[in-house]
Amino acid sequence: MDLNYTPEQEAFRADVRQFLEDNLPDDIRERVQKSLRPDKAMTERWQKILFDKGWGASTWPEEFGGPGWSPIEQLIFEEECALAGAPRQLDFGLRMVAPVIMTFGNDEQKERFLPGILSGEDWWCQGYSEPGSGSDLASLRTSAKLEGDHYVVNGQKTWTTLGQHADWIFCLVRTSTEGKPQQGISFLLIDMNNPGIEVRPIIMLDGEHEINEVYFDNVKVPAENLIGEENQGWTYAKFLLGHERTGLANVGQWKALMKRLKQVAREEQDGQRPLIENTRFRDRLAQLDTELRALELTVLRVLTDKRGPGPQASILKIRGSEIGQRLFEMLMEATGQDAIAHIPDALELDYTGPRVGSGDATPPAGDYFNMRKLSIFGGSNEIQRNIIAQLVLGL
Amino acid sequence: MNFDLTEEQQMLNDSLRRFVSNELGFERRAEVIASGKGTDPATWAALAEMGLLGFTFPEDYDGLGGNAVDTMVVMENFGRGLVVEPYLATVVLAGGLIRDQGSEAQKAEILPAIASGERLLAFAHSEPGARYNLSQVNTKAEADGDQYRISGAKTAVLSGGQAQQLIVSARTSGASGDEQGLSLFLVDTAAVGVTINDFATHDGQRTAEIQFSNVAVAASQLVGRLDNAFPAIEKAVDLGIAALCAEAVGAMEAMNATTLDYIKTRKQFGVAIGKFQVLQHRMADMFIQTEQARSMAILAATEADSDQRAQRREALSMAKTLVGQAARYVGQEGVQLHGGMGVTDEMFAAHLFKRLTLINLLFGDADHHLAQVSDGLLAASA
Repeated sequence: MDLNYTPEQEAFRADVRQFLEDNLPDDIRERVQKSLRPDKAMTERWQKILFDKGWGASTWPEEFGGPGWSPIEQLIFEEECALAGAPRQLDFGLRMVAPVIMTFGNDEQKERFLPGILSGEDWWCQGYSEPGSGSDLASLRTSAKLEGDHYVVNGQKTWTTLGQHADWIFCLVRTSTEGKPQQGISFLLIDMNNPGIEVRPIIMLDGEHEINEVYFDNVKVPAENLIGEENQGWTYAKFLLGHERTGLANVGQWKALMKRLKQVAREEQDGQRPLIENTRFRDRLAQLDTELRALELTVLRVLTDKRGPGPQASILKIRGSEIGQRLFEMLMEATGQDAIAHIPDALELDYTGPRVGSGDATPPAGDYFNMRKLSIFGGSNEIQRNIIAQLVLGL
Repeated sequence: MNFDLTEEQQMLNDSLRRFVSNELGFERRAEVIASGKGTDPATWAALAEMGLLGFTFPEDYDGLGGNAVDTMVVMENFGRGLVVEPYLATVVLAGGLIRDQGSEAQKAEILPAIASGERLLAFAHSEPGARYNLSQVNTKAEADGDQYRISGAKTAVLSGGQAQQLIVSARTSGASGDEQGLSLFLVDTAAVGVTINDFATHDGQRTAEIQFSNVAVAASQLVGRLDNAFPAIEKAVDLGIAALCAEAVGAMEAMNATTLDYIKTRKQFGVAIGKFQVLQHRMADMFIQTEQARSMAILAATEADSDQRAQRREALSMAKTLVGQAARYVGQEGVQLHGGMGVTDEMFAAHLFKRLTLINLLFGDADHHLAQVSDGLLAASA
């Protein structure tokens, strides 16, 4: 048992850090570190820079153009990226649909779709949830009927994150109503430029346009876009959710945010003293720091477990989201009443108008409101507890 | 970065798990507790036979050269079966102090005696009113020719009434609250002027309140450096905290297992109560808390032997905070999920709950250690 990183891992960390120092553009860093509004061009620019280095997909094996890093190296990479202020890469292509294509797709599909995901040329979004199918995902009704060499898709998807930018959507569709609901689901890749697709924004409680509804009206999808076998989509979907949950712990990002929160607590004034000298605030900070340490160690335990991540990964999703939410909550509280003003224009880099408060960071109440999503998406935390109860505890 | 036990540790874990579940069951435990002796000679001899009593001592002193991770394996198994033997007091605390601070002669005399099981020791440090403050020591040791005279009172001396020898902290200079001026002495419990009140603890172990009035101790009984024992005291407490964290994890694991068993079999409204989602989610939370605590117990074990004080103390405080909170949560929920049975003496869950509760109260509760972490944040920002 040894909780130290090996010299090789430390050298790897130094390489990543150096690369970030040399290659992360200042405007992107500033945008991320000040929690400004994310931007499609920025995400694409950063993906291209990583791609040119050969680091476009930290989790991919070499076979598909990834760097072939170990899970620990992947974690170090993520952590360094977050600490440096690099933007999050787009998970939908890189971490969600790509592993499904690699594992269940045919050779043609791998050649066709993986390069665009890696380079960032293709923007992917997820078509899982429907208005009537949230936690009860298997009840989904968007239908795909095979007619000759193509499927005809009809229905509605919702909560489609960043779907307004997307070139492609991976969808769970119903191809059969026979048997159990899980048995008639297929996994289909759909070009967002197809006629019959309409994307409508859903404005979130922070006033931002992040999620969408996607409508399908007689959309023709070539049959070759089906992943694996018809009616086996539920198996692929569960596989994908397992991948998602391990990533959802978000430890690297939370460590970076914790660092920022400590900085804010030193800078914000509480009367005649810095906020960090307020014992009640600082104790809560210490509590959160302690829980984050436990989460980090738990992630490392899961990543180094030779048996691979099982349903225990649900712990990471639950704890990761809870800790993330409290970080944003404390960031908001740290700025006190300065947090109450809502200035959407200040979320742009070129904003020069009036601000509230001393720091030039935007008061983060919007992030706090937005981040309530963390315990809801990716399988709500209640669903995660069901998974633990059923698959780990056998209840 | 690896969290694997070595092959030897894995073997130890397997055999100890068997030994505890086969030889030290619930009824056997109750007999040992009822005897009031705080230890069972046959069990203690068996532990000596397995090499566990000298596990962390150097091989030159009949030990096996183990470390705090080995202690973690032992204590987790003890926690799982609620073993009541004075392992923490004798082997981890006192044994650790002699190993780290003792003179050649002290090590040669005492470590083999502990390892063979023939001698029990205890660490007499806490004092009334000091709460968890380690430098709050009023017991005095005054030089008197070639000996010292010790006077004062110690509280919460784990297994103090069973020990033949105590390691007593005493002030040789400075004022109460000073880190400077503390020294450690070996004192025979049979020495003139030592008065021991031996008590049962709620969880079946033993504690003692001890008075020292003008107790004569030879200068050769000084353990470690005169006036400079504070770092050694902190280190011993950290080893104790790491051991308790591991024991708590074992006890939480046992609580989860026995509770799970119960809610799978107990029927109400015609079904096993474990079918109710409200209980399933609480059980899931007990599992989550236990796994977080396990991560922190591992952190504690891997840091406890370190001489990098600041980093070690922060890690141990973080661990004790989180483990203390988890122990409270899992203990209370385990009882609640047992319903009325959970508050009866016949249920294992009730005994696990009591041990988990007391572990939080020993060597600093969650509040105390959270304050340490919190003050560390302030120091880091200065």
